[in-house]
Amino acid sequence: MSSSPSPDYLNDKQEKVAPGKLHAAQYIVVLVLIILFAGLWRLQVLGASGYRVLAEANRIRKVPVLAPRGRLFDREGRILVDNYPSTSCFLLREQVKDPTVDLPLIAAGLHIPLEQIQATIKRYEGAPGYQPIPLKQDITPDEQAFIEAHRNELPELETLDEQRRLYPRDGFAAHLIGYVGEVSEQMLDDPKYAFYEPGDVVGRSGVEQTYDALLRGKDGSRDLIVNSRGKEVGRLGQELAIPGQDLKLTIDLDLQMVAEKAMEGKIGALVAMDPHTGEILAMVSRPTFDPNEFSTRLTRNYWNSILTNPDHPLLNKAIQAQLAPGSTFKIIMSLAGLEENKAQDLRVDCQGGATFYGHFYACDRHHGEVDIHNAIPLSCDTFYYTLANRLGIDTIAKYATELGLGQRTGIDLPDEVAGTMPSTQWKLKTQHQPWYAGETISVGIGQGAVTVTPLQLARALSGVASGGALRRPHVVFADEVPPEQAEAVAETFSGSGDKTIPMRTENWQLITEAMAQTTLTGTAAAAHLEGIDFIGKTGTAQVMSHAALARSGGGHRTDPNAWFVGMAPRRNPDIVVAVLWEHGNWGNNSAKLAAQVIDAYVNKQRKLHHNVRIAATPEPVAKPAIPPETAKNDKSVATNL
Amino acid sequence: MFRLSSFRDFDWPLLGMVLMLSVISVLEIKSATLHTRFHGFDHKQIGFLVIGLVLMFLMSLIDYHQLIDIAPYAYGVGVASLVIVMLFGTRVLGGKRWISFHGAHFQPSEWIKLVLIVVIARYFWGLAGRDLTWGDIGKSFAIVCVPMAFVLKQPDLGTALTYLPILICGLFLGGIRFKQAAIILLVIGVVGGAAWKTGKVLKPYQKARLTSFMDPDNDPRGSGYQIRQSLIAVGSGGIWGKGANKGTQTQGDFLPIPYTDFIFAAFCEEHGFVGAMGVLLLYFLILMRLIQNAQTAADLPGSFLIMGVVAVMVFQIAVNIGMVVGLMPVTGIPLPLMSYGGSSILFSFLALGIVMNVRMRRFVN
Repeated sequence: MSSSPSPDYLNDKQEKVAPGKLHAAQYIVVLVLIILFAGLWRLQVLGASGYRVLAEANRIRKVPVLAPRGRLFDREGRILVDNYPSTSCFLLREQVKDPTVDLPLIAAGLHIPLEQIQATIKRYEGAPGYQPIPLKQDITPDEQAFIEAHRNELPELETLDEQRRLYPRDGFAAHLIGYVGEVSEQMLDDPKYAFYEPGDVVGRSGVEQTYDALLRGKDGSRDLIVNSRGKEVGRLGQELAIPGQDLKLTIDLDLQMVAEKAMEGKIGALVAMDPHTGEILAMVSRPTFDPNEFSTRLTRNYWNSILTNPDHPLLNKAIQAQLAPGSTFKIIMSLAGLEENKAQDLRVDCQGGATFYGHFYACDRHHGEVDIHNAIPLSCDTFYYTLANRLGIDTIAKYATELGLGQRTGIDLPDEVAGTMPSTQWKLKTQHQPWYAGETISVGIGQGAVTVTPLQLARALSGVASGGALRRPHVVFADEVPPEQAEAVAETFSGSGDKTIPMRTENWQLITEAMAQTTLTGTAAAAHLEGIDFIGKTGTAQVMSHAALARSGGGHRTDPNAWFVGMAPRRNPDIVVAVLWEHGNWGNNSAKLAAQVIDAYVNKQRKLHHNVRIAATPEPVAKPAIPPETAKNDKSVATNL
Repeated sequence: MFRLSSFRDFDWPLLGMVLMLSVISVLEIKSATLHTRFHGFDHKQIGFLVIGLVLMFLMSLIDYHQLIDIAPYAYGVGVASLVIVMLFGTRVLGGKRWISFHGAHFQPSEWIKLVLIVVIARYFWGLAGRDLTWGDIGKSFAIVCVPMAFVLKQPDLGTALTYLPILICGLFLGGIRFKQAAIILLVIGVVGGAAWKTGKVLKPYQKARLTSFMDPDNDPRGSGYQIRQSLIAVGSGGIWGKGANKGTQTQGDFLPIPYTDFIFAAFCEEHGFVGAMGVLLLYFLILMRLIQNAQTAADLPGSFLIMGVVAVMVFQIAVNIGMVVGLMPVTGIPLPLMSYGGSSILFSFLALGIVMNVRMRRFVN
């Protein structure tokens, strides 16, 4: 064939593929490989670091290890708030393969209505897909077993072990302790809470809020290596959780129990304090709420019942009720009168009231001849109308303000209110009106514009009985808190604080003697405690004017508020108890409640601490204002706070 | 016909490079199945390779002209086997692609590739280099499209598509004119576009797979998932890779089927850009060697046979690696000589057997 002429030659050529076409094929191969090379270059050289991050995010899952919150103890180390282990179930939406199959199975296994799961998913629609959404808290062991048994079918279920708050039942000391809850939007916006992240559990009131930074500890985390189904295949490392610090409160559980019992079924507050140090021994507010309901899922019903309760169960009335103090204010009046030398010689013939500036001011009784000695036990209004008129509003305001009225006490609890101590300045500033002398008369008996909190009253009156030594009230022992924390707390909760007001010994001792008479023969005689040096002052504060009362036609809510501030012993008391019983009708009623707490305190002191000072009726002679050992205590407190 | 001395003309360098790729393949399959229930697939792959090598030698012994002679019968048997699959095939993962026979599974669509290469070579040899008429072109289309339609019906889009490069290669080497090619492309463009719109030819999941590669983040848990995980695997491998058996995407089971379709992604993750370049270089050398063999072939059908093999290989490499690096849609086309799988390996080695066959007989004339 090869030797054939042209046709064969041509034929021979056609028996081969043209080399040009094969060269073209080579170029095509090179082109394809260059494109693939470029693709690999783009991913592996240019994009490597970015894809490495994605690969790590794929396989490493950070699982939080929640720090157990610090526990709370009473002053004697008895537990008030504990934690209990609890397991919550979360849903990883990205892992759900077929909602129509998985969700009904989950609903059955976790005993949640299917509609509720769907509603939860809908609620989190806007959240990023990788964010686990809570399905159920406090799951039972058999629900946990269900999740374990369905690891393969339901990889989207994840459990998280955590420590939950266990509060005393039935709202015991609820206002003081507070509660925890998920951090709120407002808190997240506040730079002060910059270290909180959404979903964090934080103290939302009471000690839980004030000392949150100490109690919360620091959450740790575990880095798990997971496969594509989220199954753990290894561990990388972990950051241990630092448990929150336990705190010892100044509360005495025994007294708190008596106080809780005394206030049961009433509306109001009771606060007991050691005036030497400002340590709060008991604090009760009624009505109360169950903090346990707040720490788990708050049900709508429970929340509504709290919101619609006209007596505001969430309010800590010991520091948040601002009400007219009524006759308890007469102690402050007496001190002002004596210190200004305007009460010593005042004699009033009480005939059921007196007329000032053309207006008749009533007294509840015809007391007859009244002077500074029997004005307190009799609680004669006529005497104090006259004294108020003699002193004038600004002198009264000066002493009241000195004693901490119209300002926060500085207790280490959130949202304390200041109350009001009116003066000419105050009225000009708030109402842009001059003060009328007639208004002073009502202030003299603790009515009118003056409002106080039970804690303010306890501190002020025990301050008088302590010769002018006022302490900053607190519920956590100062030495429990690191200095920088204590400073932060003191700064956040500023107020009247620690101070000593100069007053003449014979003046304040005259007042304490008169207060002793109050529980013996005076307005609180019914609360008399045999063998205990128990003194006090009642207050019955009208909640509306006589005219308004007549219009309203009576009823429980128009009854006056019953106040009582009691102490033991009479001079430099070891305990002061202030009781506010809203619509309690008569100060005497509150005196009986305070007496229960004082009685419990004294009995405990006798049994445990052999403190006989309280029981003994003191010498009539005036003693030094502050006993040396107390003075030493005061000093240590002052430096610590 | 049987001349022992011809084994001296066997393409040993080509076989050497192919075996290097095979070793890489086995090691990567071992790594990718290490902690899975597919553990041991590397051993099965070795078995396939051994069978493949034997078949390659056997294939090289039969003169390729005889293969071309029996091509029409092979074509008939092939199409018949596709009909059998359609009627009695085993359904696996939603596709009816397999014939079970005494515990062994066969995927006839793979063999059809081989048959088509031979049939197309025979067809264009018959035309003997004259200018192609529209009738010639139509017939070549018919030869390829009949089995393709059956495979599409299975449905196995990926394998069906690998038949096209055989046809294109045949037309190109057979002498199609530029004008004819342009007209065909235009018609395919219009008809294809219309078919896409009506949605009757492709199933929705196929369409989703074909489009999701352009924006895998759009649906990271759906059809974009595979591409996304593949990109992460390849990219995170970086220049040097994470080391053998240490790819987090591969070992953590994030990468889908890392021993078959996505084996190159697994390899890139563990051996990095450098390793990937090595594999690309091997493919380059193999393909160049094949084309060189096509040039030295004794006659037209010899060149056609080798170039048919080249066309299928280039297409599969381009589509598979293109898919792995996010340039191509997910079509389920294995990477030749790398992906795990008996049918794929046996096809590759039988095809190489044909190449050897042609090379050994290059001095016949």
